[in-house]
Amino acid sequence: MFDFHKNHKILVLAAFLGFVTLSFIVAVFPAYQMQDVEPLPGQVQLTDDERKGLNLYIKEGCVACHTQQVRNIEMDNTWGDRPSIPSDYIFSKERMDIWRQSPSLLGSERTGPDLTDIGRRQPSEAWHLLHLYNPRTVVRESVMPSYPWLFKEVESGSVKEDDIVVNLPEAYATPSGRTVIAKEEALQLVAYLQSLKQVKLPDGQVEEFIPALKQTQTEGDKANQGSASASGINGAQLYKQACAVCHQDNGKGVAGAFPPLAGSPIVNDVDPELMIRIILQGYDARSEYAAMQPFADQLSDAEIAAIANHERTSWGNNAPEITEEDVRKLREFVENQPSN
Amino acid sequence: MNNKRSLITVLTLLLPILLFPQNADINTDNWITSPGIIGTIVLILIVFLVAIIILLAKLNTYVDTYKWKQLQKKDLEFSEEIIGMREDEIDRILEGRKKALNYKLSGDELGSQRAVKDQKGLINMVTHEPENPMFDEKKNTPIALETPEPIKKIVIYYLGAAVFWLVFGTLIGQYVGMKFVWPEMDSQPWLSFGRLRPVHTNAVFWGWASLAMIGLGYFVIARTSNTVIYNYKSAWYSLILINLAVLLGSLSLMAGVNNGGGEYREYIWPVMLLFAIAIIVTFWNFYKTVATRKIKDIYVSNWYILAALIWTTVLAIIGYLPNFQDGLGETVIQGYYMHQGVGMWFMTFTLGLIYYYLPSSLNKPIYSYSLGVLAFWTQMLFYTMIGTHHFVFSPLPWWLQTTAIVFSAGMFIPVVAGTTNFLMTMKGSWNHISKSYVLPFFLVGVIFYFVGSTQGSLQAFRFTNYVWHFTDFNVAHSHMTMYGIITFILWACFYTILPKLTGKEPPQVFVGAHFWLAFIGLFAYMMSLMAGGTLKGLSWIDGNAFLESVILMKPYWVWRAIGGSLMFVSHLVFAYNFYYMVNNKKPIENLDAPVLERVNN
Repeated sequence: MFDFHKNHKILVLAAFLGFVTLSFIVAVFPAYQMQDVEPLPGQVQLTDDERKGLNLYIKEGCVACHTQQVRNIEMDNTWGDRPSIPSDYIFSKERMDIWRQSPSLLGSERTGPDLTDIGRRQPSEAWHLLHLYNPRTVVRESVMPSYPWLFKEVESGSVKEDDIVVNLPEAYATPSGRTVIAKEEALQLVAYLQSLKQVKLPDGQVEEFIPALKQTQTEGDKANQGSASASGINGAQLYKQACAVCHQDNGKGVAGAFPPLAGSPIVNDVDPELMIRIILQGYDARSEYAAMQPFADQLSDAEIAAIANHERTSWGNNAPEITEEDVRKLREFVENQPSN
Repeated sequence: MNNKRSLITVLTLLLPILLFPQNADINTDNWITSPGIIGTIVLILIVFLVAIIILLAKLNTYVDTYKWKQLQKKDLEFSEEIIGMREDEIDRILEGRKKALNYKLSGDELGSQRAVKDQKGLINMVTHEPENPMFDEKKNTPIALETPEPIKKIVIYYLGAAVFWLVFGTLIGQYVGMKFVWPEMDSQPWLSFGRLRPVHTNAVFWGWASLAMIGLGYFVIARTSNTVIYNYKSAWYSLILINLAVLLGSLSLMAGVNNGGGEYREYIWPVMLLFAIAIIVTFWNFYKTVATRKIKDIYVSNWYILAALIWTTVLAIIGYLPNFQDGLGETVIQGYYMHQGVGMWFMTFTLGLIYYYLPSSLNKPIYSYSLGVLAFWTQMLFYTMIGTHHFVFSPLPWWLQTTAIVFSAGMFIPVVAGTTNFLMTMKGSWNHISKSYVLPFFLVGVIFYFVGSTQGSLQAFRFTNYVWHFTDFNVAHSHMTMYGIITFILWACFYTILPKLTGKEPPQVFVGAHFWLAFIGLFAYMMSLMAGGTLKGLSWIDGNAFLESVILMKPYWVWRAIGGSLMFVSHLVFAYNFYYMVNNKKPIENLDAPVLERVNN
């Protein structure tokens, strides 16, 4: 009856049915189930521009190097406050058009950073435009491709009022009399990137990361010692993660986009109030530079103190150190201020 | 009995998986002693060892040649001595020699004239070859096989097109690899990294490997069924459809039109439809040929080949049907599709090819038919279940991830069964390594089959995944398998069959150059990315700034580009060898076809 060696019909049929059955169990059925999700409270649909940006993101193959998933393991905590859940993808992962299916956003390579929360980590349009035009203008070691075709070079005289100009640093400047402006596509792509923010889970719901053993041990040690000291936080490393993309590793900033911290009167001021307030609330007082985002939600008092101290004592800067307490007081003060 | 034994084997092999807990304690301090990492290192050492063995065998041949030259020199001296001798002296020597030659044994010198009888039954084997009593080796005869002209032509055209896509696809691969070192190489949208990367992967997948497999498959199907191909015409239609699919697919990817970026699923559905039709047509052609076979049994190669075609048809349909692909449904299907594309199409088909071409090149039967059958069914059972191991720790259901990890470990069964079978088939023919240019390719392919697949299973474990996932290690793994296994085996098959079809063998030195360039290139490629990928993963775990992991990768990317260049050069040599083998004016007419011209250029 089941003589596979002699009966080709039975053989092929068995292989076919076996594979189809297994495929249904392990792929089709779970996939079908995974579609049954609802958006989180506060999660919003993509706008038209953001959706066009998403299409560009797929067109240019950004998924080859950038993931969009925060895994439930400790090291991924860098990329988001909580592990990703199926609802996070409800609006972005739907069929694009008749030719193209739902975009494969989760990715399998992290040659570049994860982008799950890039909209919160780096909300500055000016930074994104510079970075897309040529990533090495803002991150010297980057190996990301440039996307000059999302921009156009025009006569400086013909720049219209509503054109978005890209202020290039000297080393990358165009010949004099010419200016780089962003095409619609670049703005759409940036709009999409800015929209990438992890939605907070409703109160009471906690998604935990699986901790690394090392971390649990050090935390235990700290608990034994009584209280954690601010000196345990590495300000230089935090600066690299949170600040260096704009202000650069050497503190010199990018001319025309991000101000230098080396030698800055604000950083060197004995009274740290303005400096701390800028970090907490962001800053957009000088038209020659791009706006800075607020960091109050992303960094703790101790972390801000560590970063500020790193900035106040590096690159020739020489200002007195500040404490976590200074930051805490200012944060209280700022939070009690009426918002404008 | 046999079934029971295989059941027990399955259970014993699964035991370690149940025993090894998937512990959540993850610790970077002693990463080097984690079972997955140690396992991988051991596996890499195996490859290295095999390379050394091959090298030693080759060296041995050179030493032999050198010795032979020395002998010749002595010979010459001897001849000169004879020339210098006087005539009567020579006469005396010759007469002595004549007398010696005419001497005959009378037959009773050992003192007995009685007939020899084994009255106690002590002798159980009589041989004329006392040096090698276990194996009665046949001579390897490179006679041309008698093959119908149409099938010969089909095979050569499929292989020719495959060679073209190999050169094209790896040129692109080489180019994108260099972009890691020089990101500013160009600023053309259609040459940018994001667009070219899938052009490379899809061209070598659907162009090179698929066409080569089907072409080689046509010969196997006809030969092992002892009949002619059911329909020659449809073979040509499939060839055109596949080439068209890869051509249109590559152009559309460069234009920025892709299906959503899921790996190997980048061609939009109208393009993939062409490929799917070609696969279905090929399946029908093969199936009908097997159905009209002139022998009772279906040879095990045909099991694999028919199954690969039917599984891939199912796979393409499931992969592209839109009904369950929104949200994370797409991700489940993506894991399933990308893994089965490799496992059910390339690996299954290639295994089918080994079961024919390996014994054929050694001129002896496969070691165990039953092992081949066991490997077949376990391949289907285990391979199908493991796609989600590409998404460990992702938001996909935990049970799906665990299933994938457990069955990944189960992959040991088909892999060990297959490897044992091939190595045991080669056993006793090791001396061919130095004499044959086919066997080194087979050996490397089979060793990588074991090493690459096992390493993949180890990589699926949660700790190794923790370190390696998202890093360049994945790229090393995919080259170890798609290149180390599939491509090396396909080359072995090329070199086995083409000389028999056309009667022309390529010059040894070029085949050697091809082998060593490809092998050393692959080794440099994968070692650099494995080392770099591991350091990258550890750097992430330690919480360093992301940019540091980019900076630390730079020297490894340079080495990858160097390895990739060697691989690419080897493909040019291979293309020349292919041209040399098929460019035979006598038996094959009409050789100035476009495909071959392209290869030639």
